[in-house]
Amino acid sequence: MAEEKKVVRKKIEATIQMNRYMSDYFYELNEADKTRSRKIAWCTSVGPAEILRALGFLVHFPENHGAMLGATRMSTDMIPIANASGYSPEICSYLTADVGAHMKGVTPLSKAYPGIDRVARPDVLVYNTNQCRDVQDWFAWYAAEFKVPLIGIHTHRGVKDVGDAHVASIASQMKALIPRLEAISGNKFDMDKLRHVLALSRECSNLWKKVLDTASAKPSPITFFDGTIHMGPAVVLRGTQTAVDYYNLLLAELETRIQNKVAAVEGERFRLYWDGMPMWGRLRDHSDLFARAGVNVLASTYCNSWIFSAFDPEDPFNSMARAYTELFIVRADDAKEAYIRRMLEFFKVDGIIYHDAKTCPNNSNCRYGMPQRLEALTGVPSLTINGDLNDLRLVSDEQTKTNVEAFIEQLEEK
Amino acid sequence: MKDSQPVFAGIDVGASRTKVVILDREQQIIGRAVVKSGTDFEAASHQCLTLALDMADRTAGQIAKAMTTGYGRKNVAISQESKTEISCHARGCYYYFPRPITIIDIGGQDNKIIKLDESGKRLSFKMNRKCAAGTGAFLEEMSARLDIPIEDLDGLARQSLNMVELGSFCTVFSATEVLEKIRQGKKVPDIVKGLFFSVIKRVMEMDSLSEHVVMTGGVVAHNAFLVLMTEEMIGRRILVPEYPQLTGALGAALYAIENKRLNP
Repeated sequence: MAEEKKVVRKKIEATIQMNRYMSDYFYELNEADKTRSRKIAWCTSVGPAEILRALGFLVHFPENHGAMLGATRMSTDMIPIANASGYSPEICSYLTADVGAHMKGVTPLSKAYPGIDRVARPDVLVYNTNQCRDVQDWFAWYAAEFKVPLIGIHTHRGVKDVGDAHVASIASQMKALIPRLEAISGNKFDMDKLRHVLALSRECSNLWKKVLDTASAKPSPITFFDGTIHMGPAVVLRGTQTAVDYYNLLLAELETRIQNKVAAVEGERFRLYWDGMPMWGRLRDHSDLFARAGVNVLASTYCNSWIFSAFDPEDPFNSMARAYTELFIVRADDAKEAYIRRMLEFFKVDGIIYHDAKTCPNNSNCRYGMPQRLEALTGVPSLTINGDLNDLRLVSDEQTKTNVEAFIEQLEEK
Repeated sequence: MKDSQPVFAGIDVGASRTKVVILDREQQIIGRAVVKSGTDFEAASHQCLTLALDMADRTAGQIAKAMTTGYGRKNVAISQESKTEISCHARGCYYYFPRPITIIDIGGQDNKIIKLDESGKRLSFKMNRKCAAGTGAFLEEMSARLDIPIEDLDGLARQSLNMVELGSFCTVFSATEVLEKIRQGKKVPDIVKGLFFSVIKRVMEMDSLSEHVVMTGGVVAHNAFLVLMTEEMIGRRILVPEYPQLTGALGAALYAIENKRLNP
């Protein structure tokens, strides 16, 4: 029987520090929930978290919780609970897993952080539809459940070039949130505080970009699968000094790896780009599947989505509006294609993996002919794998494995 | 007395059937066999290999190199080396048709469309999603619902004078639809032809086809009428290798020869 090669994983030392920071973050939220000492806002992951922090809220990100449900493989048992209450198995499985977990009264936080027995309850829910409409429906369910206000920003979709009209529209929607948030928080909005938070977010974003860009080195010191774990602080601690400190630490370690030619995947033979969501419940399996073949999936649209280069503390609202609209997921296909082409060149990529996530059409970029168009333009071959971010009932491991192995054989024959 | 020359074995452990091809050094097929894979891939592959070696009048000791492929390629101890069925079907088909081709393989559990250039290099491939629509499993389920032996489907489809078109690809929904057609008094041959048509339509939506199309797989091997129907649909002749069910095993055996040459 063909023995499967054992994968030797190179541990990123900074992970220990990240785990401490993440732990502090969740315990702080838990404490505020128990004592009601601080107001808590729930926010979409690429939403206006900076405004919330500037007003003194602690911020919980349901998408982060959704990903935790997926990574711990709890999600597939939770989704049917939400399905049974009228939320279709066809819609966002972050939403259905998260709502299902709430209905069942469970959270992966309990196992990871002893003493935390529930997600910190919100005083307000703030969404931005820049990623999808599902977040609005998701938050609306919680608004009814907790009887708290629901407010949000409606972003333009399918944007080719981000223009002044888009920016003005989003900036004014952001400003319109402030009176209600002031009333809920009991704090007066302070522009200088927002500038300070935004400066920290910008620094976090710059460092996170540098971290991801280390993958352009040959061999790459990092994988996409590492990125999905280490993006945690960029999502939940953006706008804090903690996130800045963490990425300084991580970046230094990765730069040392580059200097010492330390490869994240030993014997890196091929370099791949991942487009779409990770399959959270299969991160380890997929990481092993590629690493065993000497293939590094080293860059992705997904991890890059927490880079906000437009943030400018001198012009907070307009620059936030621009940054949150410039995101890949908001854009039209021609802008997306141009972006991926730049990434293929920058990261010196041999092939692309598209994840067609059944319940996430907004993050599945292979449904309107993009793989075929990009391959014709660049000659870089691609593979589409079917699956889902959180619903493992939609994942066929054998088919994924055969597809990936066949794709690698195709690269070998090239 | 047995020939003492070394031979090369390709073992395709499919979800439904295990297939073995034995090649001599001149790449000629001297032995072949097909058995049910069942639940014990190891036993099935041994049985299949023994049958193929018997046909070739050789012994296991004469195998210079073996290569496994297919769904259970890593579950059998016969060989340490394996390749995916995508690569092996491509290699097996190119052996027969050395030109730019599109291969449609309809297997027991999955379908594949593989495109090769003039040198046999793979340009792209597609596999069906996590769904049995358009596969052998679809026809097996339908034959069970209709209470017709699966080997009778081809003959029945040929008798059809007025094909019943089914609306769904889905195995479960199609079964319901078939029952409805029976209640409506539709003739069984017309329904069976409709089922074949459903398989073809499902496969056709997976990818575009190039000029030269090759069809392979167990479903093709046992239902030649399906090929005729596909020809009618695309308006040109389809190439079918001598043993359409064995192209994966043949490709694996060809890889075994190549590997032996590279790593003597």
